[in-house]
Order: sequence, then C-alpha cells, then structure tokens
Amino acid sequence: MATRQTRTLARTMMAPAVIVLLIWMAVPLGMTIWFSFQNYSLINPMMTGFAGWGNYEYVIGDPSFTQALLNTLLLVGGVLLITVIGGTFLALLLDQPVWGQGILRILVISPFFVMPPVAALIWKNGFMHPGYGMLGHLYEALGLEPVDWFAQYPLFSVIVIVAWQWLPFATLILLTALQSLSEEQREAAEMDGANAVNRFRYIILPHMARAITIVILIQTIFLLGIFAEIRVTTGGGPGYASTNIAFLVFRTGILSNDIGAGSAGGVVAVIIANIVAIFLMRAVGKNLDA
Amino acid sequence: MGSITLEHVNKSFGEVEIIPDISLEIKDGEFVVFVGPSGCGKSTLLRLIAGLEDTSSGHIKLDGEDVTGAPPARRGLAMVFQSYALYPHMSVRDNIAFPLKMAKTPQAIIDQKVDYAARTLNLGSYLDRRPRALSGGQRQRVAIGRAIVREPKAFLFDEPLSNLDAALRVNMRLEITELHQQLKTTMIYVTHDQVEAMTMADRIVVLNAGNVEQFGSPLELYKKPANRFVAGFIGSPKMNFVDGPEAEKHKAHAIGVRPEHFTLSTTAGAGQWAGTVNVAEQLGSDTFLHVEVEGLGLMTVRTDGDQTFSHGDKVYLTPDANRIYRFDAAGLAL
Ligand SMILES: Nc1ncnc2c1ncn2[C@@H]1O[C@H](COP(=O)(O)OP(=O)(O)OP(=O)(O)O)[C@@H](O)[C@H]1O
Ligand SMILES: [Mg+2]
Repeated sequence: MATRQTRTLARTMMAPAVIVLLIWMAVPLGMTIWFSFQNYSLINPMMTGFAGWGNYEYVIGDPSFTQALLNTLLLVGGVLLITVIGGTFLALLLDQPVWGQGILRILVISPFFVMPPVAALIWKNGFMHPGYGMLGHLYEALGLEPVDWFAQYPLFSVIVIVAWQWLPFATLILLTALQSLSEEQREAAEMDGANAVNRFRYIILPHMARAITIVILIQTIFLLGIFAEIRVTTGGGPGYASTNIAFLVFRTGILSNDIGAGSAGGVVAVIIANIVAIFLMRAVGKNLDA
Repeated sequence: MGSITLEHVNKSFGEVEIIPDISLEIKDGEFVVFVGPSGCGKSTLLRLIAGLEDTSSGHIKLDGEDVTGAPPARRGLAMVFQSYALYPHMSVRDNIAFPLKMAKTPQAIIDQKVDYAARTLNLGSYLDRRPRALSGGQRQRVAIGRAIVREPKAFLFDEPLSNLDAALRVNMRLEITELHQQLKTTMIYVTHDQVEAMTMADRIVVLNAGNVEQFGSPLELYKKPANRFVAGFIGSPKMNFVDGPEAEKHKAHAIGVRPEHFTLSTTAGAGQWAGTVNVAEQLGSDTFLHVEVEGLGLMTVRTDGDQTFSHGDKVYLTPDANRIYRFDAAGLAL
C-alpha cells in the first residue's frame, strides 16, 4: 500500500463498507439522541414537541436508575470474578494429561453454544425452580426448604446463569495461554525450588496476565448489555432488584411505551459503556503493551 | 560436595527404551561432558539426574544418598537450559534471586549473593532489565547466575551454547571452564560439539543409542578409543576407516587412521596408497584434503596450510604405522 495509486484504490474499494457502517451506526444513534429530547410517549400521543433535558432528568432522577446502575456493575463484576477465577481453575485442570481430554474439552466448551434465552430457560425450569427444578429436589431430599431463587436472590441467580454461559469462553482463552507457557520455564522453576503454589503465582499467573486482560475486556463489552437472561427469568424484578441499565431502557421505552425517556436511557447507557471502557483500557490496557 | 552415581538406570517412554542400562560414577568436583549423536539420550539422561523425568528402573545417588524418587527441588542441583528458560516478566535481578526467594532466604543475603553473581558474570549493568532486552550471551550468563546463587551440589548444562554464534561460544566456553575452576563444583555438561567436549571436560561420556560407549579423559578417548564408534566420534575431522584385504594385512577386521596421522607426498610412488584430490578445504592453518584412494574409497587427510592443492592432483599417502587403530568384526578395538 505504498504508492499513491494503490492507496487511492484501497480507499475507493473500502468506501462502500465504511459508508454503510457509518450510516448503520450513526443514523440509529442520531435518531436515539433526537428522540431523547422529544416528548414521545405512545400512551399519551397528544404530548409532543421538544422536551429539553426533561427525559434525562426523569430517567436519571428516578431511584430505579441508581439501582439499575448498581445492578449492572454487580452483574458485570460478579460474572467477571466467577469466570476469571473459575476459568483459570478449569484451564489448569484441563491442561493436565487425562484420558478422554478431547471429549472433556468439548463438553466444557459446550455451554457457550447454547443461546442465552435457552440457557436461561434451562436454568429457570431445570435447576432453579423451587417446585420441579433439580436444586429444589436436592433441597427436599436433604430435608431443607427449597429456595425460590428468582424471588429471593434474583440478581445472584442471573449472575450464576450468565457466568455459566461465559465460563467456557474464559476457560478456552486461558487454557490456550496456559499451553503456550514453555515447558522449560516450568521445569526451571521446579528446579529452582518453587512448589506448585509458587509456580502458579510467580510463573503461570504472570504468563496468563495478557489473556486474562483480554477475557476481561471482551466479556465486559458483552456483559454490559445482558438482556435475554433477565427477560426470560426475572423480568427485572422483583421490583427493580435484577434490572440492569439495558433492561431499564427496555422497561421504560417498550413496557411503559415512553420512547422519549427510553431513548434518554439508551444515550446514558452508551455514555456509561464508554466510561467503563475508558477505565478498563486504562487499568488493564497496560498489560497488552508489555 | 556433589558426587553422582547412576546404578543400572533404565528409561523407557512407553514401549520405547531410550536408555537400556547405564551405570556411571561422577566424582565430586569433576567436569563431565556427555557427548553423542542427536537423539542418543543425552538430554534424557541429564533430566533423569535432575529429577525432571522418572527412572523406569535403577538408582540415582547424590553423595551416596539415594534420590531416585526425590523431586527436583529436593536434589539441590541447578540446571541451565538450552533456551535459557529465563522468566520473561521478571528483571534480571529477580530472575537470579528467584531460587533464593523460593528458599526463603533473608533479603540481605539475597542482595549480597545476587551482587556476587552479577560481579562474577559481569551482569552489573543489566540487573534491572528484562531478559527480552538482553543479547543471547547475556541471557546465558543470567541463566548461569541463577544457577550459581543457589550454591548447588552440581550444575547440569544442556547444550547451553548451541544458540550462540561461534565467537561468543568460544568465549562462554572459557568462562564456564573458569567458573568451574573457581567454584570447584561438579558439572555435567551435555553437548554434541566435540570441540567443547575435548576442551572443557575432565572426563567425557560418549553415548550412543542410550549406551555408554566409553567414559574417560579426553586424551584417553582420542588415543585409546574403546571401539569404532568412539574412534569415529572423537577427533575432527573424522577418522578414516578401511576394511577388507588392506585391514587383513594388519590382522584386523577394520583399521582406522586419523587424518592427522598421514605422511603426504606428491612424488610418484612415494607412499603406500595412491589417490586423487577430490576437494581441498583450505583453512589457512591447515588444509583438509578429501582424497579418493584407489581401491579404498574416500579419505580425509590433514596437512599444513602451506601447500596448495587443487582438484585432480595426484597424491601418495603413508599412514603412520604406530598410529593405526585396529578393530575386530564387532567394532571393538584390538
Ligand atoms: N517425552 C518423550 N516421549 C517419548 N520419547 C522421547 C521423549 N523425550 C525424548 N524422547 C526420545 O528419546 C530419545 C533421546 O532424546 P534426547 O532428547 O535425550 O536426545 P539428545 O541426545 O539430547 O539429542 P539432541 O542432541 O538432539 O538434543 C529421542 O529418540 C527422543 O525421540
Ligand atoms: Mg538434547
């Protein structure tokens, strides 16, 4: 791509894709911003016109917003914690030479192929339902009162489901990182008198730092927008106990038919995602340069 | 202290027997080199001693104590790997200090020992760098530094110089030899470079297909090779072998003559064997001639570098009668 001619050619060839992408992104974003400043409620069609910051004040001022923000952070943080620690642990186990390793790995990876609503339904009815879920039966067999997970621990239950879905991804990435550690380095550490715990702490963990960073970055992007799992299981409730920002936008815009306020919530969500992204890049991006 | 004894050590990977049966006694303070062709089991033997592989049968003793089942850390040996195996995310200082840290040595003593190692190996100005920012020779020195701070019973080197260029290799060879003289610790050194073996070793173990062919001092191996394999392996260029009627004249199945043990003449008839120069490799100090001898095949001959030869020149060779090696049908020296 050195000569002027090839550069012009490259630009011309890429232009359609870039333009489509730009329209694809810019038009909905522009429309959302536009709606967020309008009085636009399907329930009250007579109320129209410019709303100023009204929609924003309405969304942010509502106590449900603070709770949704907190829930979003708890959801992202909780899932990251479980998947990174659990993924590291599983990767260490899967790295051991065992019989049937290939099949075992496929089994571990399979939850990732289950669509979010399906996964949520399986958990909702198959495991966590107090009446006919497996956990309910287990509690009964032990002579305990079955737990109604989605009523008693709604956010925790959602975190468990989402973590189950993302654990394979983390495991896979971390396992690859683990396998790229040179055998000689492990052996050198062993000769140097490092026991298993110290080998993990001083040799394996620093080696995996980069992969862990990538897991955190990619997962955060997807976890900020978790929706299907909440929609299928708790519906954001009880109250707002398991409503995150994405689900709050849905509740305001679609369930309450207030397009204006919903759009304002959407814009706020985009801003929050960007703030999180900036912090994340600052905090962990360093690892990527090393 | 660091005497190492192997008693009937056997190693198999699954069905494949790599080391059938080796017994060796390495004395305290000795510099022993393992040489042999690629794949003969040198690294495997070294790793058995280190404890990185389990023996299939037999015993390994350190200072008389049986360590056959002991993990590497408990054996008190230090190993320098071919790829250096430095820890990339630690500074040079932390790399060298790592074994001490693992042994829970007090910080003051760690600092003192790291400084000593850095001075011995001229690493002073790199201590705060990462291994990535070092040259191959410097990395090698860090790896050696990491080994010496532990004051191990013995050092194990697995082809430590094979990634370095020729000039640096000569330097590091001298440094390791000096280090041995200074520390007087047992060293086992694996190489396939027989120049390294000859120059560094107190004693050499020649391995072939997992068997010890001969264990002796460099000159012993050169002068009295136990069999045809050792005779061919030690010495550069390789010994020339002749069998058939010419060998029967010496009452042997085969005879061997080293390239340096020929008298060479260009006068017609002034030699036992007549031949034609095929290739002449002129090194300046010496010239290696590859001579096609009638009825006997290709022979390598070493002469001084003063005379020049070219392809097709007629030469006449006389092997030095006192330095003809004789072998029986099984390849053993007679
Ligand atoms: N883990 C293993 N499993 C099966 N076979 C092995 C294993 N490690 C080594 N071998 C085999 O053992 C033999 C000896 O290997 P080793 O590494 O000791 O050779 P070497 O003498 O060090 O050779 P080189 O000079 O090329 O390093 C080889 O044939 C090799 O294929
Ligand atoms: Mg080897």
